[in-house]
Amino acid sequence: MSDTRVIKVNGREIEVPASLTLLQACELAGEEIPRFCYHERLSVAGNCRMCLIEVKGGPPKPVASCAQNVRDLRPGPDGAPPELFTNTPMVKKAREGVMEFLLINHPLDCPICDQGGECDLQDQAMAYGRDGSRYSENKRAVEEKYMGPLIKTIMTRCIQCTRCVRFATEIAGVDDLGLVNRGEDAEITTYLEKAIESELTGNLIDICPVGALTSRPYAFNARPWELTKTETIDVMDAVGSNIRVDVRGREVMRILPRVHEDVNEEWISDKTRFIWDGLKRQRLDTPYIRENGKLRPARWDEALSLVAEKLKTTPADKIAAVVGDLVPTEAVKALKDLMTALGTPHMDCRQDGAPLGIGVSGAERASYLFNTGIAGLERADAIVLVGTNPRIEAALVNARIRKAWLANINLKIGLVGEAANLTYDYEHLGDGPQTLAELAAGRGAFFETLKNAERPVVIIGMGAIARPDGLAVLAEAAKLAEAVGATREDWNGFNILHTAAARVGALDLRFLPGESGKDFAGILKAAQDRELEVVYNLGADEIDPAKWGGVFMIYQGHHGDAGARAADVILPGAAYTEQNGIYVNTEGRAQIAFRAHFPYGEAREDWAIVRALSERVGKTLPYDDLFALRQAMIADAPSLGRIDQGPEEGAPIDLSKVGKAGDLSPAPFRSPVRDFYFTNAIARASKTMAECSAVMMRAHRMAAE
Amino acid sequence: MLQDKDRIFTNLYGLQDWRLEAAKKRGAWNGTRDILAMGPDWIIQQIKESGLRGRGGAGFPTGLKWSFMPKQVGERPHYLVVNADESEPGTCKDRDIMRHDPHLLIEGCLVASFAMKAHVCYIYIRGEYVDERERLQAAIDEAYAAGLIGKNACVSGWDFDVYVHHGAGAYICGEETALLESLEGKKGQPRLKPPFPAGAGLYGCPTTVNNVESIAVAPTIIRRGADWFRRFGRENNHGTKIFCISGHVERPCNVEEEMSIPLRKLIETHCGGVRGGWDNLKAVIPGGSSVPLIPKEICDDVLMDFDALRDVKSGLGTAAVIVMDKSTDIVRAISRISYFYKHESCGQCTPCREGTGWMWRVLERMAEGNARTEEIDHLLDVAGQVEGHTICALGDAAAWPVQGLIRHFRHEIEERINRYRADRPHVAVPENLPESVAAE
Repeated sequence: MSDTRVIKVNGREIEVPASLTLLQACELAGEEIPRFCYHERLSVAGNCRMCLIEVKGGPPKPVASCAQNVRDLRPGPDGAPPELFTNTPMVKKAREGVMEFLLINHPLDCPICDQGGECDLQDQAMAYGRDGSRYSENKRAVEEKYMGPLIKTIMTRCIQCTRCVRFATEIAGVDDLGLVNRGEDAEITTYLEKAIESELTGNLIDICPVGALTSRPYAFNARPWELTKTETIDVMDAVGSNIRVDVRGREVMRILPRVHEDVNEEWISDKTRFIWDGLKRQRLDTPYIRENGKLRPARWDEALSLVAEKLKTTPADKIAAVVGDLVPTEAVKALKDLMTALGTPHMDCRQDGAPLGIGVSGAERASYLFNTGIAGLERADAIVLVGTNPRIEAALVNARIRKAWLANINLKIGLVGEAANLTYDYEHLGDGPQTLAELAAGRGAFFETLKNAERPVVIIGMGAIARPDGLAVLAEAAKLAEAVGATREDWNGFNILHTAAARVGALDLRFLPGESGKDFAGILKAAQDRELEVVYNLGADEIDPAKWGGVFMIYQGHHGDAGARAADVILPGAAYTEQNGIYVNTEGRAQIAFRAHFPYGEAREDWAIVRALSERVGKTLPYDDLFALRQAMIADAPSLGRIDQGPEEGAPIDLSKVGKAGDLSPAPFRSPVRDFYFTNAIARASKTMAECSAVMMRAHRMAAE
Repeated sequence: MLQDKDRIFTNLYGLQDWRLEAAKKRGAWNGTRDILAMGPDWIIQQIKESGLRGRGGAGFPTGLKWSFMPKQVGERPHYLVVNADESEPGTCKDRDIMRHDPHLLIEGCLVASFAMKAHVCYIYIRGEYVDERERLQAAIDEAYAAGLIGKNACVSGWDFDVYVHHGAGAYICGEETALLESLEGKKGQPRLKPPFPAGAGLYGCPTTVNNVESIAVAPTIIRRGADWFRRFGRENNHGTKIFCISGHVERPCNVEEEMSIPLRKLIETHCGGVRGGWDNLKAVIPGGSSVPLIPKEICDDVLMDFDALRDVKSGLGTAAVIVMDKSTDIVRAISRISYFYKHESCGQCTPCREGTGWMWRVLERMAEGNARTEEIDHLLDVAGQVEGHTICALGDAAAWPVQGLIRHFRHEIEERINRYRADRPHVAVPENLPESVAAE
């Protein structure tokens, strides 16, 4: 960044990096530049012409400030700094002119437009436009285009800024969108009028500066100014996207991304964005007790008494506790403390059976984290994906890999596992553990690629390790990482890509089988074999209800899904938008989610339910509020107190101790996510997700045929 | 007046054979090897000294343009691209060059490519020019067969290939960066500049885009010497030039003449004068549809070169002279031109996409007289909002004819509006106008 230039903006001198555009330079100088087509994260199109400014000494016409670099400015006479103006009559006239052109064919339907109140065109027309229109001809009308179940189009409102086309081709990596025809007849379309085959399409809505692309599920639901906005964290995958939940009353109206450069930049996946209707359906809003095979509503007092009785009268080693994928760490901590007080060692948080957090180095966080960090991927020069399809397991990690791939022509990517369209080119090395073992043994051209890379990255997905031979696969992967020098003081390229938002937090709190304790598979088997009597299920919904056998199940959660179906008592908890909680993402980054609205009906915050129960059981937990609970939790796992800190630097772990060598099964790796839109209880309750799944999976099937 | 011995395009009318043998007799490919032997720098110097200005419309000095190419070939190859997408209404000079003197162009490609250290030259030919493409391709095949181009072209040791690329008939693809986009297989939409093609052009490599005529005259200039070329025309506007005269003249024609010839002399010598005599002249568009028209008073003594026409707020453009006599409905004529630009706007940037349609619609009404007098000022304002605010020059090209019309024929529009109103006393103001505007 040593290459800087001195320029003058409206007469004020300022030193800026030469690589900046004039627009950025003016912003640095504190001048606002209106724009439509320009977007920091997309390529420069320079076509809206709203950002015109005056450059002194240049040709006597305004310059599109988004499209010129400070470097290209010519100095004035005698080496005087180049001068830019954003407030001259020429600039004012140019902006008014462009604004008038944009508006002549824009419908005046702001009152019925969902963009109203947060529309760039509206705002900028107020700030930079003329007062009236001189256009008395007929306005253009454009046919609506079908873009899938999530995006509603009103193409007459389109101002052809092509942000959406650039987002689709550059960030999402699909070429489904384009501008056809020319001149006045130019239209944005999906060509064949099909759904855009991407899991990032919702971002088109944010990107669109006008109301041409709006949210279909949110259509005509609310105005931005009536919504209460809460900044929180997403739990749909283990990325921990930063989101803003907009609420009216007790209803989540929509979910929007927040900017976090190291996590989700400013994008979120469609599941994160459109899950909100799932939060209103299938909710458990009152306790239930099963009687004669049927669940009946009950009062809290009744339900808690029954559960307490059961826990008190059952021998400790006949009790087990499991934790699901959406649970905040506070609830995990409370449940762990309760179970420890009861004396049971049977605890597990790994529904899918991934062998993480155990073994010699299991307690070291680096053995189960995405150590490179999501942003760190941009510095990688060779990546091998093992048993993962990041596009559906962690869409934003995939977007980051694509970003790195676009920026670095020398980035080599290899995949061991199911071949899939990941939106970037990769070498398909094989599909199973054997290929991995070959690589780890130092054979194959791709091993050399990794070995020669300065910053190699190994990404291990749940598809590779959440299987019976998982420990052995993990050992092989670690061996590969070690052999290619993926970990050293200044670089850690050993990564586990989680799929569950609660997993890393629970691992940090070591919600794992204790001494002689049973793991998840063991608990299921014991339940089948009637060796267990009571299972406390905190939101584990990914298990077929039949597998629980005849065990007495206490289910605490927020959706009537697989877990509730097997339950004998249901304790209604809060969903992630309804309680404060700390979540840890796959990088090990602890982030605080905030309550956007209160839980429905009788439902309560998860930790509070466990705390209330503990009192009934006679093992009262030593914290009365969330603050005290968090203090206790951070004492257990200090990493949870380091809010928003990314991957830790420091001495790399000994990879030879990760996993355990053993026999490898020949079965190919298979991503655990079979349907991107149905990965958790909330998603399964969402109509929008069901619609997406129907449309997208049909497209996938057609592509497969 | 240009003498026959000083003509570069000696077969402009196709009276002789276009093939290689005949072309050689007319002087093409004569001593090409010796020209190449003088080296690239010498060639560029010759072109610079000749004062040749680009013949595609903008009139940028050709030699200077060539010298913008990197001096050494780096990692990326250099390209020459010849712009044969001649679509400017009124212009038909490149077409005759390609039909009747294709070897001059091919030789020019070799010389220019060599000067810019390009081994490959693309000729982007207009979609509608089907016969011309076939003719040009046949000539290229001849040149290959004769060893004039290809490996070791003209035994100079320089490898050189020419490819003809057939466009799809979009006017905008004549804009140099849109042409490059189209050549790359993309949608023909102009690129942002900078970077200029000399830095990053075709496939991101250093590229020079030249008009057919600019390239075709180069070998002859070098053969006959820069001084010979400089003899013609005024200072800064040297050389000979093909003028395409159409419209209301007795004999419309293409003719090679020296620069700076008086317009009146040009028309009267070569075209048999204006239909019905010089006094029947109403206006002339001197450089293809995109330059502002000039009325008869200016036509009387204006010289046909870049600077003289610029001084009367018009331009030489492609030197396509469109003559309009007094029978012309000038508002209707400009309205039609406006329709052309509305139709050919690529739609990429706002002012041109929205402004061209607006201008056309207003002009359509004005041609009827169905407008208000203040709309003339609005129209002028709109044209000003398009001009200079766009990515490429199509916005300017769409605005200039309108500005020219209002500059010189405002009274005619006003008359028409008044006449229309007089017939319809009930027409106060057009409907659907906001009150604020109606009150103005």
